Amino acid sequence: MTDVLVCVKRVPDPTGEVVLTPDGMRVDGRYAGYTTSAHEEAAIALAVQVAESTGGSVTVLSVGAAESVEQIRAGIAVGATDGILVEADPDLLGPADVAAAVAEALRVREEAGRTYGLVLLGNDAADTGDFQVGVRLAYLLGRPVVAGVQTLEVDGDVATLRGEGPEGTEVYEVALPAVATVLEGGVSPKYPSVVGRMKAKKAEVETLGWTGSPVGAGREALTVPEPPPNEVTVIGEGTAAAPGLVAVLRELKVVHG
Amino acid sequence: MSVVVLVEVEEGRASLVSREALTFARSLGAGDLHAVVVGPAPEAVVADCRDAGVAVVHEAGDPALERYAAAAWAAVVEAAGRAARADLVVAPGTGRGNEVLAHVAARRNLRMAANVVAVESLAPLVVQRQVVGGAALERATVDGRVRLLTMAGHAVEPSAADAPGAARVAPLALTIDPQDLRAQVVRVEKRESGDTSGLTAAKVVVGAGRGAGGPDGFAAVDRLAERLGGAVGVSRVVTSLGWRPHHEQVGQTGSRIAPDLYLACGISGSIQHWAGCASSRTIIAVNTDPDAPMVTKADYAVIGDMHEVLPAVLEELG
Ligand SMILES: Cc1cc2nc3c(=O)[nH]c(=O)nc-3n(C[C@H](O)[C@H](O)[C@H](O)COP(=O)(O)OP(=O)(O)OC[C@H]3O[C@@H](n4cnc5c(N)ncnc54)[C@H](O)[C@@H]3O)c2cc1C
Repeated sequence: MTDVLVCVKRVPDPTGEVVLTPDGMRVDGRYAGYTTSAHEEAAIALAVQVAESTGGSVTVLSVGAAESVEQIRAGIAVGATDGILVEADPDLLGPADVAAAVAEALRVREEAGRTYGLVLLGNDAADTGDFQVGVRLAYLLGRPVVAGVQTLEVDGDVATLRGEGPEGTEVYEVALPAVATVLEGGVSPKYPSVVGRMKAKKAEVETLGWTGSPVGAGREALTVPEPPPNEVTVIGEGTAAAPGLVAVLRELKVVHG
Repeated sequence: MSVVVLVEVEEGRASLVSREALTFARSLGAGDLHAVVVGPAPEAVVADCRDAGVAVVHEAGDPALERYAAAAWAAVVEAAGRAARADLVVAPGTGRGNEVLAHVAARRNLRMAANVVAVESLAPLVVQRQVVGGAALERATVDGRVRLLTMAGHAVEPSAADAPGAARVAPLALTIDPQDLRAQVVRVEKRESGDTSGLTAAKVVVGAGRGAGGPDGFAAVDRLAERLGGAVGVSRVVTSLGWRPHHEQVGQTGSRIAPDLYLACGISGSIQHWAGCASSRTIIAVNTDPDAPMVTKADYAVIGDMHEVLPAVLEELG
């Protein structure tokens, strides 16, 4: 039986247009909306697989503002068991702080008799892109960590994890307890069922605080780069544009014969 | 002052992104330039380092390093940092580079800035880095005894130094701690072909992204590439969903292409994708969305469904 903790972050929808707050310090998610990143949705899907195959459970944890409970409940709606919100001002926290806050929450749970054989996180946060929370957490916990994982299986005390390396699919076999950071692609994210949504509404989400003193992220300002001026020539629309496109190809001398 | 750059080896040479990181590190004028290679440094890699102006190439020959383990690589980078008395360590912003430097950061309790595109000042170290998948830039201060940063791929052109470096090879004396091998690759399931030379040398590249719709959505793309004597290039969404192999990926964490024509179909044109295709002589976008960045940044565009447009183009070509 493996209990899995999945760490998710509430982020402005990264597929939407980036609008900054007036002070230029944050992405304003009010327009695009907030979501859980694709990597973390994949992490939840993998965690649910592990829980199903080992008879374990999945806890979704988020460090952030009170509203992050939406992302926690979205995880419960697709199969997680319960949630933990570590309430903190995300703007004050850097990657080392988030790792410390997660480690502290794990200690609190452990003291209450709940241990997690596997902790999953996204490989990189969709907004801050620091690429380090999972690795820092693993060192705080003294556990091995594998990054960029796309699929995983747990058999007893050993996890087999796979991710893409420069020469092919890399396979790891790691003794539990362990930490892994997940990249989307190995598993389809789950969609909530009506029953799942009902369960999510009622499920227990424990709220914890974090008592550490943050070192922060060193952010001075954000900017959205202006695209360089460009005039695109629209050849046309749909299949009607095919002759025009071929004429351009011939002009560019890339058509032979 | 000195800088250590983690150099990744690819097909016996310093990888392109590693050579970019060397060029970038040299341009900072932050003192002696050192390189660190995990495993014995092949001669061609030492030559690449020499061209880039590297004074010392640190290598680690411990047989325990034969299979990748991020923590063990981090131990090697730390040892090189000590040997070079580095106050700055740079790694390529690849999967490995970001992972290894995160380990160094965690082990030494240091700050790390990922996917840096520019350095504004050295003391204090102020960088510009990509956030929100490259849609925004963050100006950040990186303080600490030793500063760690990874370079976004293709943010600079690799170039040779005015005067080659000595590139003295210095073996690092270190024994890998078994603790650092707890998470180590046990085997690699090799891809049939990992060769990117066809893509990077092609005069025509037909690109496809999420708009292809699925692994079966590439038939017309393949045929058109063949008809134009070119290669197929794809976005990261396509490789991470497993629709096509990674060696076909164009972009910051894929290949950089510079063909006469890049015909990008169903690709939105994210900053990271653009980093790999910006040097194309002519770009034509085929996209259902007239406001997609790939369209607005292209020379020519066709607004429409690639599954309809490409077959019509093939028919027109005969
Ligand atoms: C650190 C980092 C590194 C990265 N490195 C890379 C990299 O090297 N290369 C890379 O590509 N990405 C990279 N990315 C990912 C990048 O941010 C984007 O997510 C990715 O490029 C988007 O791929 P896409 O354009 O195929 O998909 P989307 O952004 O989803 O765009 C799909 C496009 O297809 C169009 N479309 C949909 N259906 C059709 C149709 N039937 N016909 C025509 N058009 C259609 C849509 O209008 C849209 O414009 C990286 C991200 C990060 C954070």
